[in-house]
Amino acid sequence: MIDLEWVSDYIDIKDQDLKELAVKITKAGINIEKVISNHIDNLVVGEVLECVDHPDSDHLHVCQVNVGDKVLQIVCGAPNVKKGLKVIVALPGAILPGDFEIKKSKIRGVESNGMICALFELGLEEKTDENYNRGIEELSKDAPVGIDALNYLGLDDTLYELDIHKHRNNDCYYHIGFAYEIACILNRKVNLPDDKTSPIKDDVKNHVNLEVKTKKCPYYLAKMVTGVKIGESPEFIKRRLNAYGMRSINNVVDISNYVMLEYGQPLHFFDKDSLGDKVLVRDAKDGEKIVTLDGEERVLKSSDIVITDGSKPVAIAGVMGGENTEVTDNTHDILIESAIFDSVSIRYTASNLDLRSEASIRYGKGLNFEYTEKAIERACHLLEKYAGAKVLSGTIKHDKVDKKPKTVKFKTSEINDMLGIVLTDDDVKTELDRLDFPFEYKSGKFTLTIPFRRLDIDPNVNDIAEEVGRLYGYNNLVSTLPNCPTRRGRYIGDVKYRKLISKRLRSLGINECKTYTLVSPSMASLFKYENKENLVLPNPMSVDKSVVRTTLIPSLINVYNYNKSRGVDDVLIYEISKTYDKDYNEESKVTGLLKGNYLLNEWHGVKVPVDFYLVKGIVENILDYLGFKNRYSFVKDEISDMHPGVSARVMLDRKPIGIVGRVHPSISKDDIFVFELSLNALMNKVKPIKFKAASKYPKISKDVAFIVKNTVTSDEILKVIKKAGGRLLTDVNVFDVYTGDKMMFGYKSIAYNLTFSSEDRTLGEDEVMKVFETIISRCEKELDAKLRDK
Amino acid sequence: MDEIINRLKKDIENVKNSQDMSEIKARYLGKKGSISELNSKMRELSNEKKKEFGMALNKIKADANEIIETKRKEIEKRILEEKLKNESIDISLPSTSIPYGAPNIVEKMVEEVEDVFMSMGYDVVDGPEIEEDKFNFELLNIPKGHPARDAQDTFYIEGEDILLRSQTSPVQIRTMMKGKGEEAIRMICPGKTYRRDDDDATHSHQFMQIEGLLVDKKVSLSDLKGTFDVIAKALFGEDTETRFRPSYYQFTEPSVEMDIRCHHCKGEGCNICKNTGWITIAGAGMVHPNVLKNCDYDPKKWQGFAFGFGAERLAMVKYNIDDLRVFYTNDLRESVNFDRKEAE
Repeated sequence: MIDLEWVSDYIDIKDQDLKELAVKITKAGINIEKVISNHIDNLVVGEVLECVDHPDSDHLHVCQVNVGDKVLQIVCGAPNVKKGLKVIVALPGAILPGDFEIKKSKIRGVESNGMICALFELGLEEKTDENYNRGIEELSKDAPVGIDALNYLGLDDTLYELDIHKHRNNDCYYHIGFAYEIACILNRKVNLPDDKTSPIKDDVKNHVNLEVKTKKCPYYLAKMVTGVKIGESPEFIKRRLNAYGMRSINNVVDISNYVMLEYGQPLHFFDKDSLGDKVLVRDAKDGEKIVTLDGEERVLKSSDIVITDGSKPVAIAGVMGGENTEVTDNTHDILIESAIFDSVSIRYTASNLDLRSEASIRYGKGLNFEYTEKAIERACHLLEKYAGAKVLSGTIKHDKVDKKPKTVKFKTSEINDMLGIVLTDDDVKTELDRLDFPFEYKSGKFTLTIPFRRLDIDPNVNDIAEEVGRLYGYNNLVSTLPNCPTRRGRYIGDVKYRKLISKRLRSLGINECKTYTLVSPSMASLFKYENKENLVLPNPMSVDKSVVRTTLIPSLINVYNYNKSRGVDDVLIYEISKTYDKDYNEESKVTGLLKGNYLLNEWHGVKVPVDFYLVKGIVENILDYLGFKNRYSFVKDEISDMHPGVSARVMLDRKPIGIVGRVHPSISKDDIFVFELSLNALMNKVKPIKFKAASKYPKISKDVAFIVKNTVTSDEILKVIKKAGGRLLTDVNVFDVYTGDKMMFGYKSIAYNLTFSSEDRTLGEDEVMKVFETIISRCEKELDAKLRDK
Repeated sequence: MDEIINRLKKDIENVKNSQDMSEIKARYLGKKGSISELNSKMRELSNEKKKEFGMALNKIKADANEIIETKRKEIEKRILEEKLKNESIDISLPSTSIPYGAPNIVEKMVEEVEDVFMSMGYDVVDGPEIEEDKFNFELLNIPKGHPARDAQDTFYIEGEDILLRSQTSPVQIRTMMKGKGEEAIRMICPGKTYRRDDDDATHSHQFMQIEGLLVDKKVSLSDLKGTFDVIAKALFGEDTETRFRPSYYQFTEPSVEMDIRCHHCKGEGCNICKNTGWITIAGAGMVHPNVLKNCDYDPKKWQGFAFGFGAERLAMVKYNIDDLRVFYTNDLRESVNFDRKEAE
């Protein structure tokens, strides 16, 4: 939050429309989320000249109020309204928060020409019982009647609410830093506030001895003031803290906050008498305790930094002070601390103790030593001026900070190449002047010194190009395309396979899903057909999402259940995703779930329900598409959480690559069919496509039906048939399977249609019959098969 | 002979079906038919007359054949017409439903983006989702303890070394490492990423990023702007206005946010653009010299730009979807509408 009235102390912006300025600032990279203006028209200071009871009410009053140019009759219900009071009057036409317009009206028969207001009614205070009971705001007796009331109170500021990118939040969250940002946009200069003091002869070194025994405190300054008089803060400090959302406590505490909001440097004030004469900064001891200013006892870790009086902690460095050295109404001498602590350590401590204070937020962002020095001087100046303090001479100092300025050497052409623009050396000089970046220029070469306040800028050309670019205006860049050779991009590695299979499955009428990689332990315990161990997150957000999945089947079953409960009967879905096991081994999986009808036309009697053979067909279709024809097979197997009789392993080149089958009835009572293939296994070499001319000669077709034991599979019969059939047998199809009443128990009949043909001649009936009979006799012999028609 | 032909013409008028037809054919042209019988008259004639008679006989045969054939075709046509009439169906009855094969909505968005970038020569690459801290953060100029890490609340798996990737940028690092500081790079890497966010309308612990990288000898921020124009127009229409705003990312410098003019309200201000008229759809910038150096590319010779889109965000903006969870519930009643080509 930035208060523009406050900023105007450091830079002249009186001529600026603050809304337009906000747009300019946002364009240059500091995002102003909201411009808050507290101004309300027709709100004036009034004086109650007369106050009598309302004739028709036991709590209303009828007041005559002088509003400057006239006297108005206003009905008021506040208990504290009385003659002689200076008040805030909303005149007819004023629009109060909540779009509440003040109009002339009659209240219980008495004319009322406005409203006497409480702060909460103006949106300047919370509407609490306490505020409500206090009634209308009582202004001080010397408030000039008729002037703008919020302006009088200093509450009509314009505030910018910022959404600053992390790198700029260490120089744009305080008013002086923000003034520099406005300065480069408007091309104006910043005036720093007065920090002169008249130190007394006594030196702080006579009173305190500093020792720093941690590497996490590169810079520690301390100054001392004596004879402070605790009291109220001056109005401007109160007002500005209030506008920022900070409560005014007393002049001393307020000054430390005020300087923090000016320079971004948190200060800590110790009550010198309670502190004693020693300051030791060191790493905390594990389990060490301190009661902080908020009255809480905090237990520290060795990673925290503490300020001690030589033995006991008196403050958690950069986070919060201790109660034992707090400034009180009786405080006489103060030791002011202005320091830099390791930002990572402070962030860690603050989150560890769950204590995000104004100080810890700022230390966590990082500070620059220049303002560590300026802030302590400024605080002394204000204490001298507004708290009657005498400043001791000298500063106690621990200084291990790197004060070497960062410089960048560059040429204008480098900036131009980076941004794709055409600036001259003079243009660049102008931009650098606006940024207030000191530089030297010598025969085409710039040597630029990065100001300490800009911690975000690293000494490289890119950073300078960014600063120049944002002032140049990115909307002024002319769109061009990179000058690269023309080519078509490719899908690389497994992405290619993912796309191929995905497109194929979609064209087969299966819908793509996307589910979560992280699953619950109960989901992870299902379908462990590969016996992989699951990777369990050490710090999951919830048990629901605590395990990295090795199979997608449970996730797709969830999708099925979701759709089913919403009345979707036919669910044909797939997902392709990476999976990981306990040892981070990656395996991409292609998984499908099918349930219901694949094709349907009820009135027409067309119905292709999903069953094992349909899903098998889909798996085959993918494998054929990828070029694996004749290289795969299905082996019946008992697979965990799959129906023991209706599931198989899919083999490619005799190695298992996945499963297909029906989900075990104990998982779902519905006839759900699934398949899951390892995409890794499918990334396999295949032969190039070859043209094969169709035979020009007629084919001969023969049917045969065998009766075999139920245990004999179609595959086994097929193998014998094919072997016996040799080259002349070009196609085999099952056209009937019968296991009904007419069949002997334990036996089935399978009927095959055999196609014989040759590529180079017309086959004779005799030679086909010879092969056909060989097939029959081999089946009889090897499979104990009998011809059905015999 | 004329008499025979006239008789035939008369008889044939009464023919109704193919059976009558064959009867008539037999009666006139059959072995004992009236025309065949004329053959026997040949013997009675002189040689000269024979020739004349033979010619007349052939003509009458041909004429009779033509008359019969014409009639036969007529009858066949009539029969076929009747048959077709009986086969007529109610074409308004419902079709046999051919199953849809819809893409997941986010995936469709990703494919659209891939298409545009592939046409500009970008390869599509992916990398591991379980990543090393080195690739996910350190080489991207985000050392341990850097505040930029706080914003990406990461799922750590093994100490601070192994994690679920919180961004797809590690794929860019891996690609640059493969390039060994010698090869120009054009790639995008759409993929899943994970952050410790509670799932709600605008957050998801798992989401899709589409990041991209171009590294070459001469690349500028203006080139990035032009590239962004191409993608914005391809996704949101030729008349899409774009703008760059300064931003900050640890791995790019300068950094920008890329906005499009709100395509719903055309910039007038609406819910979708939160009344600003602009919608941010990507973050980008020139590759930070430290990142180039980390991957063995000399920043003095090589430059590059990198960008990142949120796939869900793109889909939400494009299709006016207000709840991110939609993409992961996979309600088939919703996704079925995405099984089609885009409007031109």
